[in-house]
Amino acid sequence: MTDSKYFTTTKKGEIFELKAELNSDKKEKKKEAVKKVIASMTVGKDVSALFPDVVNCMQTDNLELKKLVYLYLMNYAKSQPDMAIMAVNTFVKDCEDPNPLIRALAVRTMGCIRVDKITEYLCEPLRKCLKDEDPYVRKTAAVCVAKLHDINAQLVEDQGFLDTLKDLISDSNPMVVANAVAALSEIAESHPSSNLLDLNPQSINKLLTALNECTEWGQIFILDCLANYTPKDDREAQSICERVTPRLSHANSAVVLSAVKVLMKFMEMLSKDLDYYGTLLKKLAPPLVTLLSAEPELQYVALRNINLIVQKRPEILKHEMKVFFVKYNDPIYVKLEKLDIMIRLASQANIAQVLAELKEYATEVDVDFVRKAVRAIGRCAIKVEQSAERCVSTLLDLIQTKVNYVVQEAIVVIKDIFRKYPNKYESVIATLCENLDSLDEPEARAAMIWIVGEYAERIDNADELLESFLEGFHDESTQVQLQLLTAIVKLFLKKPTETQELVQQVLSLATQDSDNPDLRDRGYIYWRLLSTDPVAAKEVVLAEKPLISEETDLIEPTLLDELICYIGTLASVYHKPPSAFVEGGRGVVHKSLPPRTASNESTESPETAPAGAPTGEQPDVIPTQGDLLGDLLNLDLGPPVSGPPLATSSVQMGAVDLLGGGLDSLMGDEPEGIGDTNFGAPPPAAPARVGAPIGSGLSDLFDLTSGVGTLSGSYVAPKTVWLPAMKAKGLEISGTFTRQVGSISMDLQLTNKALQVMTDFAIQFNRNSFGLAPAAPLQVHAPLSPNQTVEISLPLNTVGSVMKMDPLNNLQVAVKNNIDIFYFSTLYPLHILFVEDGKMDRQMFLATWKDIPNENEAQFQIRDCSLNAEAVSTKLQSSNIFTIAKRNVEGQDMLYQSLKLTNGIWVLAELRIQPGNPSFMDLELSLKCRAPEVSQHVYQAYETILKN
Amino acid sequence: MIHSLFLINSSGDIFLEKHWKSVVSRSVCDYFFEAQERATEAENVPPVIPTPHHYLLSVYRHKIFFVAVIQTEVPPLFVIEFLHRVVDTFQDYFGVCSEPVIKDNVVVVYEVLEEMLDNGFPLATESNILKELIKPPTILRTVVNTITGSTNVGDQLPTGQLSVVPWRRTGVKYTNNEAYFDVIEEIDAIIDKSGSTITAEIQGVIDACVKLTGMPDLTLSFMNPRLLDDVSFHPCVRFKRWESERILSFIPPDGNFRLLSYHVSAQNLVAIPVYVKHNISFRDSSSLGRFEITVGPKQTMGKTIEGVTVLSQMPRGVLNMSLIPSQGTHTFDPVTKMLSWDVGKINPQKLPSLKGTMSLQAGASKPDENPTINLQFKIQQLAISGLKVNRLDMYGEKYKPFKGIKYMTKAGKFQVRT
Repeated sequence: MTDSKYFTTTKKGEIFELKAELNSDKKEKKKEAVKKVIASMTVGKDVSALFPDVVNCMQTDNLELKKLVYLYLMNYAKSQPDMAIMAVNTFVKDCEDPNPLIRALAVRTMGCIRVDKITEYLCEPLRKCLKDEDPYVRKTAAVCVAKLHDINAQLVEDQGFLDTLKDLISDSNPMVVANAVAALSEIAESHPSSNLLDLNPQSINKLLTALNECTEWGQIFILDCLANYTPKDDREAQSICERVTPRLSHANSAVVLSAVKVLMKFMEMLSKDLDYYGTLLKKLAPPLVTLLSAEPELQYVALRNINLIVQKRPEILKHEMKVFFVKYNDPIYVKLEKLDIMIRLASQANIAQVLAELKEYATEVDVDFVRKAVRAIGRCAIKVEQSAERCVSTLLDLIQTKVNYVVQEAIVVIKDIFRKYPNKYESVIATLCENLDSLDEPEARAAMIWIVGEYAERIDNADELLESFLEGFHDESTQVQLQLLTAIVKLFLKKPTETQELVQQVLSLATQDSDNPDLRDRGYIYWRLLSTDPVAAKEVVLAEKPLISEETDLIEPTLLDELICYIGTLASVYHKPPSAFVEGGRGVVHKSLPPRTASNESTESPETAPAGAPTGEQPDVIPTQGDLLGDLLNLDLGPPVSGPPLATSSVQMGAVDLLGGGLDSLMGDEPEGIGDTNFGAPPPAAPARVGAPIGSGLSDLFDLTSGVGTLSGSYVAPKTVWLPAMKAKGLEISGTFTRQVGSISMDLQLTNKALQVMTDFAIQFNRNSFGLAPAAPLQVHAPLSPNQTVEISLPLNTVGSVMKMDPLNNLQVAVKNNIDIFYFSTLYPLHILFVEDGKMDRQMFLATWKDIPNENEAQFQIRDCSLNAEAVSTKLQSSNIFTIAKRNVEGQDMLYQSLKLTNGIWVLAELRIQPGNPSFMDLELSLKCRAPEVSQHVYQAYETILKN
Repeated sequence: MIHSLFLINSSGDIFLEKHWKSVVSRSVCDYFFEAQERATEAENVPPVIPTPHHYLLSVYRHKIFFVAVIQTEVPPLFVIEFLHRVVDTFQDYFGVCSEPVIKDNVVVVYEVLEEMLDNGFPLATESNILKELIKPPTILRTVVNTITGSTNVGDQLPTGQLSVVPWRRTGVKYTNNEAYFDVIEEIDAIIDKSGSTITAEIQGVIDACVKLTGMPDLTLSFMNPRLLDDVSFHPCVRFKRWESERILSFIPPDGNFRLLSYHVSAQNLVAIPVYVKHNISFRDSSSLGRFEITVGPKQTMGKTIEGVTVLSQMPRGVLNMSLIPSQGTHTFDPVTKMLSWDVGKINPQKLPSLKGTMSLQAGASKPDENPTINLQFKIQQLAISGLKVNRLDMYGEKYKPFKGIKYMTKAGKFQVRT
């Protein structure tokens, strides 16, 4: 007596038979017939022809029969809209039924019937159900609004259902709240602009209360909704975190991951010194580890997310390396992800373990996995310098196994190791050469050719080796051809006497016999170089190469920040923002982390060279020039260096500045990069973080001067009276703000206009928008006698607590002396907050400009400025507004400028200089910034700087 | 939210489809079939597959692919968790979850799926509540229904669904009131060639079978709760009391449920109960290789190790093996190269061993890969982490329940490299 009997058919024709049964008088027979219909439907048979007969069975007291008919209706109503109307009456009647289960069922089913005509009839019953006394009905009705919105959005808005839905967020029943949130989120997704989920502290509080009591699925909806909220300050963020943390112990992994998302996002707002911050970090590790003991599918999603978390906050899992060790029967997709995370977590402390594991993996059966493991060894060598030696010997061991694909992978990564540590491991070249014949993959061949060309002077038979490759030149892939061309030119420059013939041959092959434009162009460039000026050719081709950066496959920081906001979603699985793949880009709102440190990760063009995209001659780990610069810049802004580094380091920045020279030595002499590398402006004095591998020792004269250039400091306004003596029992304070070599100070002039001696001075700032705070106590060395004046320079830092002020640059100060405490407030010019490394890479500038929505653009006029473009640029630069590019369009000079605030907010500017009257210029300033409220103040800063 | 669900068997037939919104053509599964073809084994089919208009999220259980179709940005874990819940529910309803069983109960399956999701939003996923809405088929009920014409669909509003304890139905009555708890620990470990532990961790769960009348409020306390620092609870557990007092306080669902799962990873807390001595060697010249493994007890706290099975994937070059076990039975499949040895109990006085030779393809070089040994075993009456339940108390009801607790340790992914 099982349902399989419903699948058996008779000869007469199934449909005919069923029709007869459906119209039978016997209830039992009817029900059996409907069951047969449903059974056919589930396996995809078309039983729509029975529509009228099935609908006839709808008017019944039998709940099961009713449900079955409803199931049928949902499936086929769309194909038979006219017939579906027949069902409406029953629905309307059922919505009035005393049994809440039936009311709910009716409203639920009606919503699933995707027929326009029916939706009109649905409105009234739905309105009633949304206000039903039974929460079960209300929660079903809430979902129904979302269904209806999907069918006819306009109708839902006109009928005011959205407002009713919003009211349900305050419902007394947590399940209703959860469903209302879910419905609103879904509607909001197709309506990106509408402000449906208007979150405020009150509604957040309600959600947090409902969070504890609703079902696991409801918790997911609520947590995802919470993640979209931006708390007003760190205290609120902390209190939300405290209430969300218990969710980390939930058995449902989706709840856990959604909670992780909320915590990761709000953590951004917490100060790192807070005890709570540390506690939170500790609490995050165990649930993430636990996710890895779940089913493989869950593990996969968890691992993709952990990959993001590890990049954002490596400290969370730094001690958990072992849980990522691969088990041999893990599915391949889990293995590959684990491997990736292992490399990210590799450090000097655990490198021995990691290497031992990787070596083990290299003997596994799965070819893809083995390849990736070999590559991982190379990445370890590049990442952890101390381990390079061991990695190389491990790779050599692997080459000895003679397993073809292992050897090839090993050679590819050894080439990268050579680039990272030039002239260190050449002893292995001989071993590599032995395996020349077994290389059949283009990438490995190209790598080997590069090695031969690069070390041609140390390989006796380099010419023979390269010649052997040349024989099948036309059968090689482009990658190999390009590499071979360059390698032979290198060889020629190193051993000109013996190899003239060879170079002639390759040049003619490349230029005359090839129809690949890249290859041809490069061939011609070399040819002309060699024929016009061999010395120059030598300088170009054999120039020192920039070192490759550590982790080129890191996700670019702005993207990473955005993805952190999408933890647990498809975006986090694909590591792409939803705008990149969500159908039609509909309903995509860019999310960003809360502002405190979010924007301190600089923006950059989205396509950092991903590993594995072979680009011409550049081997794939080594990014193209522009990207490399970008990467190095990023190192400064440091995602690997945990947390918000800028605020704390801005004080010492000046000192470090002078050393920061690595950058331009890299910009100068990359031979093969074709894009222009000079920005037409003095090199930015990028602060090299100590330990960042940019060779900070390389401070040449040029750098020093540019460092000195910034020494002159930004514009300083004359002192104004902040606190008149009248108001402060005889103490008069006037002052101004300065910024010099990276440090901000408040220059104060205290005058005693009273008749008694003043002592015991102290100063305090209220919380303010940029966290300005005194870096040292106010020191007035001697007591201030009547009519005496002292000048004090009070150093400031920007690590104080942050609170948005109105106006933004308002600073409230309290000064105490032996007489009383006095308060005053002053406005500080924004340019004291412009940091020295505010120069953006050109490509990054372009990408960021495009990326910032147009509504964030603000335009201002600066009239009657007496300077020309050159002077404007110089003047602004001394206040850390950097000109990135200059253009002349129809007689007007356009300057493109960038600056960065101490809290990491970037401001991009376009300055149009148009001649107004003969001696004065009119400037038109367009500012773009992710935090548009600063624009007004930046404009004021521009004006002050330029007019003085 | 979740749009549709397709059930696909391992030969690639869609045998059930369910749509919660508009109907999605089953041709969308073609993308899944492509991925299935690319993956060598069913387990390796990636769980998230993008198609031009949809995303396919799948889990593979009981030789069935459960493929969910989504169209918008939905948390994938949410979908995968839900699919697992579907599998669990089927298993709960029908005892086993397999293609024939699902086909046999297709109408119930359909009704259940309809109750589980509404418009893609989960509706009722607790089996306690589902069973009130749609009664699971039993032979007796089918017979009764046929005779009396009654149905297996409940017509009462499920009581638990709106209460503060949505996981428990009201009006539960038993004549024998009993509560059983099983503490089950699985050891996941990787042991290297020389026998030292590379990683070891314990995945523990406490599964409960509670059949108690009324609304009992239970507290469970441990002798050494400090072991549990990484835990996931059933929603019924009051988290606050755990935080403050380290006891589990809860109103249990009715029937079987997983109260708690925990994770012990600190290396020193994980004892390794068995060791494997192995000598697997190939020689360059000969086409014969030597094979010898011995299994013995290590830290077992005096308990016997039972149900020992040794599985090993031999290198592709191995043609056949001729082995003699000192106990148990062994098989070698020359096609899949899988060696399995069913050892049984380990007698510490006479350690089980498996010895013999492997024959390689004549003239082939010695294999590159080393076989990994996968070990399965069970130890009754022992939780290897040392976790011990102190006591179980019941409040809120007057009767005296019968209580029981059982411990067991099993091998999870226990691998020995050679």
